[in-house]
Amino acid sequence: MIVSFGYMDGSGEYFITVDNSKCVKCASKPCISACPKQILEAITNDYDELVMAVKNEARNRLKEECSVCKPNTGIVNLPCISACPFDAIKHSW
Amino acid sequence: MENRDFWRWSEDVFVDTSRDWRSANIISCGIDVGSVSSKAVVMLDGMLYAYSIVRTGVNSSESAKKAFIPIEERTGLKLNNCNFIVGTGYGRVNITFANKTITEIACHGKGAHYAGGPKVRTILDMGGQDCKAIHIDSEGKVTNFLMNDKCAAGTGRGLEVLAELLEIPIEEIGPRSFDIDEEPEPVSNVCVVFARAEAYNLLRKGWSKNKVLAAYCRAIAERVCSLIKRIGVEPDFFVSGGISKNIGIVKRVERILGIEAVKSTVDAQIIGALGAAIFAKVLYEKSRG
Repeated sequence: MIVSFGYMDGSGEYFITVDNSKCVKCASKPCISACPKQILEAITNDYDELVMAVKNEARNRLKEECSVCKPNTGIVNLPCISACPFDAIKHSW
Repeated sequence: MENRDFWRWSEDVFVDTSRDWRSANIISCGIDVGSVSSKAVVMLDGMLYAYSIVRTGVNSSESAKKAFIPIEERTGLKLNNCNFIVGTGYGRVNITFANKTITEIACHGKGAHYAGGPKVRTILDMGGQDCKAIHIDSEGKVTNFLMNDKCAAGTGRGLEVLAELLEIPIEEIGPRSFDIDEEPEPVSNVCVVFARAEAYNLLRKGWSKNKVLAAYCRAIAERVCSLIKRIGVEPDFFVSGGISKNIGIVKRVERILGIEAVKSTVDAQIIGALGAAIFAKVLYEKSRG
């Protein structure tokens, strides 16, 4: 399952997309500790898979939360993406 | 002058009177507490038996119970007669009597698979305060989803505000949006707050209420289509949620996507609760081994 956390509003589209079919293979989930804002967590989804998710309280604030890692436009080497050994995480902006 | 609530939509209840719950082996129940409406669905041995749709109140737990009351009144079935209850929707965590809670995403997948058939792959759920685009496989399992609940634009609540503003009953918005000479450009802003100002301006310019409705419906359609295009549209395409009853938006979505939506065999507003009831049956069977 591919899951997109985030939102679109008048200023743009802000989604973090996680490919659960890859994420489920990763036991340690280093992306969670790599995030300096600690907005990621491990959850058991509806299909009993242990996967990474963006915390509820951060889902509608991604533009602000992620600005620590990308203060300028354009995607750079984001800690969450770099930490993921399965290339399961993508940012839309 | 008539004093009425133009935003107020009809609550509903349905019971299949040809069947009796007392003779069923498995009574499964799904309750979907949404931000605007609460829905309860009862299935007997995996077949739809009854449903009700009521307005959500300030207390999610009370709303869940309130959703079941019309069914109880019509059939005598009580919540404790149900073998398994699954709660879903925005207020699912507060449904204390549910045996399990499941996200509305997974429930809409299962519900659309049941109501639209096994060929359904893409679902657009337009609810009271959010909009979701969901991909499912041939079993109704979610393979991809995307939700936008940050902004009320393009949601049921936005339409309620428009109905009140233009003093047009909410059920008439869809049909009346086609009663125009020519399709107007969409309003530039579907934000619920700014749309009020824009609608006033258009009316002041001499636009008819129907033309304003058309412009607003088109703007909402374009907005939800941009969401669904992010995950890609694959036939069959299914529309669920309260806004699925607004043909002014659904027809325009179909036009933009170039694809006709599958007709639901049940009221498409109950799809989440229906999916929850389907999950409830499976989970009950699993619990019995």
